[in-house]
Amino acid sequence: MTAKGQGRTAFAYLAPALLVLGGLLAYPIYQLVLISLYDYGQEQVSGGAPLTFLGLGNYQALLGDRQFWTVLGQTVAFAAVCVVGTLLVGAFLAILATRVRTWVRMTLFLAALGAWSTPAVAGSTIWLFLFDANFGLVNEVLGIQGFSWTYDKWTAFGLVAAQVIWCSFPFVMVTLYAGIKAIPGEVLEAAALDGASAFRTAWSVTLPLLRPIILVVTIQSIIWDFKVFTQIYVMTNGGGIAGRNLVLNVYAYQQAFAASEYGLGAAIGVVMTVLLLGITMFYLRALRRSGEVL
Amino acid sequence: MRLKTIVAVLGVGAVVACAPVQSGPASSGTDEQTGQLRVWLFDEVNRGPKEAVVKEAVSEFQAAHSGVTVDVQYIQVASRAERFKAAFSDQKSAPDVAEFGNTDLAGFVSAGGFSELDLNGWEESKDLVPTILDTAKVDGKTYGVPWFVGVRALYYRTDVFDELGIDVPETLDEIATTAREIRQKKPEMIGISAGGKYLFAALPYIWAQGGDIAKADGGKFTATIDSAEAKAGVAKYTELIKDDICPPATCAGNGGDASVEAFRAGKAAMTIGGDFNRKSVDASSAAGKYGVVPLPGKDKGSIAPAFAGGNLLGVMKGTQRKTLATEFTQLLASKKYQQKMYTAMGNLPTFADVQQQVSDSDKFLEPFTKTLQSGTRFVPVTPAWAKIDAQAVVPTMIQEIVTGAKDVDTATADAAKTMNAAFTS
Repeated sequence: MTAKGQGRTAFAYLAPALLVLGGLLAYPIYQLVLISLYDYGQEQVSGGAPLTFLGLGNYQALLGDRQFWTVLGQTVAFAAVCVVGTLLVGAFLAILATRVRTWVRMTLFLAALGAWSTPAVAGSTIWLFLFDANFGLVNEVLGIQGFSWTYDKWTAFGLVAAQVIWCSFPFVMVTLYAGIKAIPGEVLEAAALDGASAFRTAWSVTLPLLRPIILVVTIQSIIWDFKVFTQIYVMTNGGGIAGRNLVLNVYAYQQAFAASEYGLGAAIGVVMTVLLLGITMFYLRALRRSGEVL
Repeated sequence: MRLKTIVAVLGVGAVVACAPVQSGPASSGTDEQTGQLRVWLFDEVNRGPKEAVVKEAVSEFQAAHSGVTVDVQYIQVASRAERFKAAFSDQKSAPDVAEFGNTDLAGFVSAGGFSELDLNGWEESKDLVPTILDTAKVDGKTYGVPWFVGVRALYYRTDVFDELGIDVPETLDEIATTAREIRQKKPEMIGISAGGKYLFAALPYIWAQGGDIAKADGGKFTATIDSAEAKAGVAKYTELIKDDICPPATCAGNGGDASVEAFRAGKAAMTIGGDFNRKSVDASSAAGKYGVVPLPGKDKGSIAPAFAGGNLLGVMKGTQRKTLATEFTQLLASKKYQQKMYTAMGNLPTFADVQQQVSDSDKFLEPFTKTLQSGTRFVPVTPAWAKIDAQAVVPTMIQEIVTGAKDVDTATADAAKTMNAAFTS
């Protein structure tokens, strides 16, 4: 078979996947970018007003808005806390799971899967019940009835971060647990024979072998936590008192979609996509530089 | 070569669809006299009585028009925006007649959703209360018939006032002093349940001081929330959401429902509630222990202008049966059926004479009809208001002040800036 023919065959095999990707990814992104260049509100959608091409006008308005930068900063910090928290809790429990008896591990996994499978809205609402100022179990146990967790900016962010970590650590835990289990026993045995301490084994053997998996869960967590919507929306009642608990997704919804400013909303969407692509690229490059094959 | 193909594909795509999609409700031009008339009304917690009245109107209408059937659908209030947006974009899913909130009017009209109504030929329309009919107008043109109106007044706990031996406040300023006194003597109680997101409680404060959200000048709106009068109102309202009256930790996040809820739970000595809250308060721990007076104004004996909330009935622009739709709207909004709706649902009528009639027969309504008669006000009638509302500009302003994030001057100036941006966009 000629090289050209080979390429064609490969393309034919890839075509279905490309078609799906094109339909589900490229076209929406194309529409998103297109809409972000127009003044596109409800009047324009339903034909009550003519379309106006703004060029980069929506982006200009967005980047010139002080609140956008505040919210962006909050989103980055909030996502960072959630990612670190999720990874630490997930990793700790994954290691724990490898060292405990079967029934303990089963219980741990069942509990984690329960948290994982709880819909975000239900989970957020249950947490709100638990932390209710007057009737919540937590305040009752701590003896601080009347204390509102969602009023102060930092306790509110902390509460939501805890909820996000609670519902996303199971993914990290299960994945890492599988990764640890997949490390060949011989490697660890060899390390033990060489007289490596438990810490040394973990640091120099287990961790490097887990790197690709850690990388994947980190990127996944960053993307998820950067896009948090439900928890903030439900638990802080749409962004907290005076909008001080807003994150980018809720801000986009409130400023743009609730107000039917689809053009501006699309611009925020594009900015988020670019940011997340940037983060992913950065990680992939860092990975490649350290000689890892993905 | 592969890259070229992709570029070519994208290029073709860009040429085929070089602008976002638009669809439009052009008036259909036809005016059929038979067939099915589709009607959208809002679903209610307790819909039975409303449905019974509507059914009666439907059978009366069908009897008078042979070959016409009326199909009534009840839509959820919470998802109304999506339903209406979809209806404006797709004529096939749109009704001919619809019930909608008067604050939604300007946005719906500019989206091209509702058609202008000519009420001249309708005898009863001259009895509609003018300030209420104004809530159905955009740029002087009428797009709906007010079906019922809702106004708010001051609810207070008679048992608490008696126990402490204090009088019902007679001016807006006295509300704060009375509320403070109550909380001082009964620290477990909220003086007056006011909310950081309770726009319709804050507005009377601004209006009573002679201020307003914005002023219209030849169709152009300019924010006036930062005027001296408006600022005085804002300062007086935000004074209520302080630890010595209604602690911000409890009250700053509350909207209207949550504010009334605190009163229902027996935790508040006063609140600003609507005539439509009566049934829920009567079914709460405050039942039988409360009274209602008009929200007092700046001076003794005056009434603070209330927000004229309520729902309209309108004819959709894309309807193919405009005459029938208009007739059905006039029937359902007629004195006869407003009277029936009042009996069934407690909805306050929009005709002056019918209002008088119902308040004569029901003492509870007196403070509300008094408030209505002393003159009501409304939010700026412009599509920009929908945006300002969705972006929670005024509630955010109030919350910024009560949390101490900004002072009254800065918060109102910032809110005015945001509003002006929306007005001019």
